[in-house]
Amino acid sequence: MQSAAAEAPRVPHGRLRAIAGLTGPAYFWLALTIFLPLSAMFYFSFLSDVPFGKRVAVLTLENYAAFFEKEFYRTLMLRSFRLGAEVTFYCFVFGFPCAYLLAKSIKGRWREALFLLVILPFWSNALVRIFSWTMVLRGNGVLERLVNWLVPDYGPLNLMFTYPAIVVGLVHSYLPYMILTCYISLEAIDDSLIEAARSLGARRLAVLRRLILPLALPGILAGAILIFVPVIGSFMEPRILGGREGTFIGTIIEDQFTAVFNWPLGAALSFLMLGFVLLILLVVMPLARRAT
Amino acid sequence: MIGRRNTLARAGRVYMAAVLLFLYVPIIVMVVMSFNASKLYRLPVDWSFTWYVALAGNDKLISAGLNSVWVAVVTTVIATVLGTAASLAFFRYDFRGKRLLQLLLFPPIAIPWLIIGTAMLVFFFWIGLGRGLHAMILGHVALALPYVIVVVTARLRSFDPHLEEAARSLGASPWQATRRVTLPWIAPGMVAAALFAFAVSFDQFVISYFLSSPGVSTLPVEIYTSIRKGFTPEINAASTIVILVSMALLLGVARFYRFGGER
Repeated sequence: MQSAAAEAPRVPHGRLRAIAGLTGPAYFWLALTIFLPLSAMFYFSFLSDVPFGKRVAVLTLENYAAFFEKEFYRTLMLRSFRLGAEVTFYCFVFGFPCAYLLAKSIKGRWREALFLLVILPFWSNALVRIFSWTMVLRGNGVLERLVNWLVPDYGPLNLMFTYPAIVVGLVHSYLPYMILTCYISLEAIDDSLIEAARSLGARRLAVLRRLILPLALPGILAGAILIFVPVIGSFMEPRILGGREGTFIGTIIEDQFTAVFNWPLGAALSFLMLGFVLLILLVVMPLARRAT
Repeated sequence: MIGRRNTLARAGRVYMAAVLLFLYVPIIVMVVMSFNASKLYRLPVDWSFTWYVALAGNDKLISAGLNSVWVAVVTTVIATVLGTAASLAFFRYDFRGKRLLQLLLFPPIAIPWLIIGTAMLVFFFWIGLGRGLHAMILGHVALALPYVIVVVTARLRSFDPHLEEAARSLGASPWQATRRVTLPWIAPGMVAAALFAFAVSFDQFVISYFLSSPGVSTLPVEIYTSIRKGFTPEINAASTIVILVSMALLLGVARFYRFGGER
């Protein structure tokens, strides 16, 4: 620490010590809790059994083979990806206009207040928010009563424990993400650019399609990734809102660790999931960039 | 033209209101139901504190709540100190591998918690650390660190490094310069980061769920178990408290940190 800041360049040894001293603890912590565990799990995914106690574990590929042999896992993986795509899509459709309004049409104190209102639930407890939907969606719940009040004798909605219930809950959870990332990139667009296009005769729709959407694309993509990836790995939301309909790859992975205790299979499924996510991102990202 | 613009503006306001309604209605319903004495959520609401009284007598939930606070406090202290130190290094020095170190902050945020949580379970079990509050603290700090570094780094951007040099040339030791000049400047950033870290830990469910051992859990884990087991209405009361605490924390962060940059 003796040679920090000003004299740093002239005393490389002390500089190195300062850098290591300042960053070391944080990154040692991350290594112990993120990177070593992920490596350990990768190793486990190639084992025939957990190497605890007297159990004998040998290296094998059968956990990965199980995924490709059993249609069950493939169907669930596809189902999870469909869920991820749908939730991402709805978040964009509903979130983008909201971000646009916040960035371009609402100003001053109102914007500050509304912005805070949008991100406030986002940082509050995810589990509790999913749980709160059960109050709304359940039989004889708030939504069913509202519908029956508007349309007398409409009858039961039967929304609870269905696929749409899971989608609604997840969109509720992740919508603020999309609003936040789109807002940041929309805010950076110079207003005079839009005015210039308009005064040169471009229609509103053309301005949106040819100017605003391309410039906002980084924000949209960031939001899409931040939503798509965790939705694929969700298990608590489908379990609470989906009931028996709520079987996805995430819940199967959770089962391997908490109910079935087949850790190697759970590890292999986790890495397959991560692999497919990466693959999709590698394919979709360049396409999306070229499209605009 | 002006009429059209007004219509658009009004439509925009209605839309904004609809989105906010969607975001808040379930939460408000849950809060209201926590004050409804009827076990079957009969309407009109029969206002009472029945479930809060029941909650006060529920030792399991109370001890889970105390665990939550304890884990969050320890996480906050560790994450804020380690994260601020790392941010200072990123601010002061350009060095090889700096980009890499900054990139390494993404996995804890970007990889699904399901995978991070199970990986921690596997690894901690393997090396003999096991599960429990200590394991949760290890995990929560890792999740909070990237946020702390981002928030403190944002605050550091407005700090003039010449101030440190000036202090040094006036005879302050590096530590004195840091403590008397740099840290007071970034204090609001550190407070925001600390509140963030507390919220990350207090609201964390997935990691805690995999790292909780029988009998030792946090409030979200206990709430989840109750929901799965066919829940009791005092869960509404517990959930209401959780959500109000986390919203209050975020309002605290907003006092010190501007979300979404300049406004």
